[in-house]
Amino acid sequence: MSASPQAPTLQPRTIDEVVAAVRETPRLLPFGGGTKPALSLAPPGCASLGLCGLSGILEYDPGEYTFTALAGTRLSEVAAALAANGQYLPFDPPFADAGATLGGAVGAGLSGAARQRYGGVRDFILGVRFVTGAGELARAGGKVVKNAAGFDLPKLFAGSLGRLGVIVEVSFKVFPRPPRTATLRAVFPDLGPALGALVRVNQAAFDVEALDLEAPGVLWVRLGGSADTFTERMERLARLTGGVTTVLTEGSDQAAWERLQLRLLPPGSTALLVKVPVTAMAIPELDRLLGQAGADRRYGAGGNVAWITWPGTAAELDRFLRTQRLAGLVIQGAAGTPLLGATRGDNFRNRVKAALDPEGRFPGYH
Amino acid sequence: MLASLAKIFPPDRFLASAAGTAPFECDGLTAFHARPLAVVMPETREEVVAAVKWCWENRVPFVARGSGTSLSGGSVPVAGGIVIALNRMNRILRLDPVQRIAVVEPGAINTAVSQAAARHRLYYAPDPSSQTICTIGGNVAFNAGGAHCLKYGMTSNHVIGLTVVLPDGEVAELGGESLESVGPDLTGVYVGNEGLFGVAVEITLRLLPMPETYRTLLAAYDRLEAAGDAVGKVVAAGFLPGAMEIMDRLAIEAAEAAVHPGYPRDATAILIVELEGEKAGVDVEFARLNEVIRGTGAHDIRIARDNDERLLFWKGRKSAFSAVGRLSPDYIVQDGVVPRGKLGEALREIERMGRERGIRVANVFHAGDGNLHPLILYDGRQHGALEAAESLAGDILRLCLRLGGSITGEHGVGLEKRAFMAEMFAPADLAVMQRLRRALDPRALSNPGKMFPDGSAPALTAHGMHPLEKAGVISRE
Repeated sequence: MSASPQAPTLQPRTIDEVVAAVRETPRLLPFGGGTKPALSLAPPGCASLGLCGLSGILEYDPGEYTFTALAGTRLSEVAAALAANGQYLPFDPPFADAGATLGGAVGAGLSGAARQRYGGVRDFILGVRFVTGAGELARAGGKVVKNAAGFDLPKLFAGSLGRLGVIVEVSFKVFPRPPRTATLRAVFPDLGPALGALVRVNQAAFDVEALDLEAPGVLWVRLGGSADTFTERMERLARLTGGVTTVLTEGSDQAAWERLQLRLLPPGSTALLVKVPVTAMAIPELDRLLGQAGADRRYGAGGNVAWITWPGTAAELDRFLRTQRLAGLVIQGAAGTPLLGATRGDNFRNRVKAALDPEGRFPGYH
Repeated sequence: MLASLAKIFPPDRFLASAAGTAPFECDGLTAFHARPLAVVMPETREEVVAAVKWCWENRVPFVARGSGTSLSGGSVPVAGGIVIALNRMNRILRLDPVQRIAVVEPGAINTAVSQAAARHRLYYAPDPSSQTICTIGGNVAFNAGGAHCLKYGMTSNHVIGLTVVLPDGEVAELGGESLESVGPDLTGVYVGNEGLFGVAVEITLRLLPMPETYRTLLAAYDRLEAAGDAVGKVVAAGFLPGAMEIMDRLAIEAAEAAVHPGYPRDATAILIVELEGEKAGVDVEFARLNEVIRGTGAHDIRIARDNDERLLFWKGRKSAFSAVGRLSPDYIVQDGVVPRGKLGEALREIERMGRERGIRVANVFHAGDGNLHPLILYDGRQHGALEAAESLAGDILRLCLRLGGSITGEHGVGLEKRAFMAEMFAPADLAVMQRLRRALDPRALSNPGKMFPDGSAPALTAHGMHPLEKAGVISRE
């Protein structure tokens, strides 16, 4: 659906062609469906390597809870194949309906609301095949649900932003999808009590599928399982959260989470769409400052991530994040490099980058 | 040269005599041993940095070590190298029930984290069987597993932040306190490095709320393969059990003799399946699980009526390895993984290979994730017995690879399986991993000889249980 950020100069259709493209192109950045514009836009002087031509599910045995697919395979295709067997991608990658690809989901390191239950993209990736900046085709990890052989490069590629190598094939663990879902909406007068309720839900022995907080005071809690358990569980959950509660089922449950999905800003917007990892304790102060800055924000993954629409410039956001000792990833909008703020482990990351991309064929992180 | 290292540590935390270093010469893989030059026991991050820098400057290899329960020889010293024993850095620095995290030092014992978290009704999920003695630092280095990996993942899925001392003494801060991150997952690639990326000195773990309820059943089968196939049926029916474990007849007999769990006496194999979560949901699911198990040809199905009975089911399982160990002077534990659908085939093949070679093999394993743990019994006093057992172990690993699996699910490559890395990975794969290793450790001083077939090979010796295993403190599984 989405147009690529600029006409890709390279569109390989086979893994061999990817290898050849990497070897023959001094500067390039891979991208998939182009659904996360700030991540797929190659910097000046850098060619784009479109991976959408490298598509298809290679292995999927529902009994194994695993599949392997080429990097350019659309998430929607994967989701449909899994759904036909009652399974799903538990890390819930965003922009699936917009044409996002598996490789793009890994490279961006983005997970959606349902990551609350079992974990994010880094928790479900099992294996990766990739082309290094030195033009080597290599593989790491495995195709089985448990494997401890060799360095865990598959996890390294989660969030690698196309700067360590070109992902050409990935293997994932998947899980059975909850047969039914229902959602509790709890409304509070302001952020404080809403956040208190979020923390209580996080600490309780509830099997929560998703837990989002819309500032200032709307808490969304999704439960999964058999429909005949919902009445009892929702009553208990509502007692735990407090606030003015409403239970949403069937269509209204679906509609609520479709609305809460991460979406691109409308065309013409000059704002930045940003992911910022946070902790629940840090949210009150962060939320106050974001409000002052005129930024829209929502908190997902049980208060572990802020999705922010920043009205100012990337430089302003970078300064803001540094003062808060936070790091951010720009998904949409004009930013020189997508990683901003107080990122951690830069010294370690630079060594990793030098090992996998010794000639600096892919853009740097800063 | 050692004098300058001795200056960093007080005499009681610097061991260089033969008597002092002897307890550190081997680990849970008792077939290998090596004599280190010295053992240092830091109590602070600064002392770790100083020890690592000393090694770097003097080009002396080092091995960081926790309780030495590695089953792959991961913490066996390098002959003439330094052992950095981290047991004294065992504090839980912070436990934050709001963010559901624990920040710990590397020498903290696995179960100590759950014990500390229990008052908040939280726990640390990874549960390797040596959990009462193994350290979090060792769990991080080898990405330890346990019985609950299918649903909850391995150690790497529960580590969200690290402070690490790289092999040249530089300190790096990876990840943080949020479950989410941006940029490449550096914490993720650090976990499971087998000690090759230096020393983790501070580890941030995520904690989970204790499940409201557990429901556990035990099913007995006439054939081992039938138990393996039952696992496939449970998964195909859409269940995600917290644990699914299988024991074969030899393991059952040994467990019965050791701890009397009351397993069905006529069973050739038993399967334990446990569901956990919210009571309302688990009760419904458990009823459905019973239906599925009834369709798998089990001749006896027992349901744990209460927590005591549940713990009895598990007691037999958890003691099985040490119990099997009593049947034989020595044994090798293998750790290969096969796709779940190939479990039956793998078990049949292992049985055939053992029978043909006249070697007894007991099977106790994490069936839910296809992680086999064949115990290959041998008597090290018999000439050639160790070699024959190792040859069978190697063929079992090759079988796992042929079936599309892995040479290790949770014990790591270590010393033991480094020759098999080249069978699982292509030269280009290994070249990239080596380049990453060299970028982090240009002098290859941090636990050399593990994972990759380089460095000096320690002596392969006779046999015998780990001293702690003899004392019943640890068990291998």
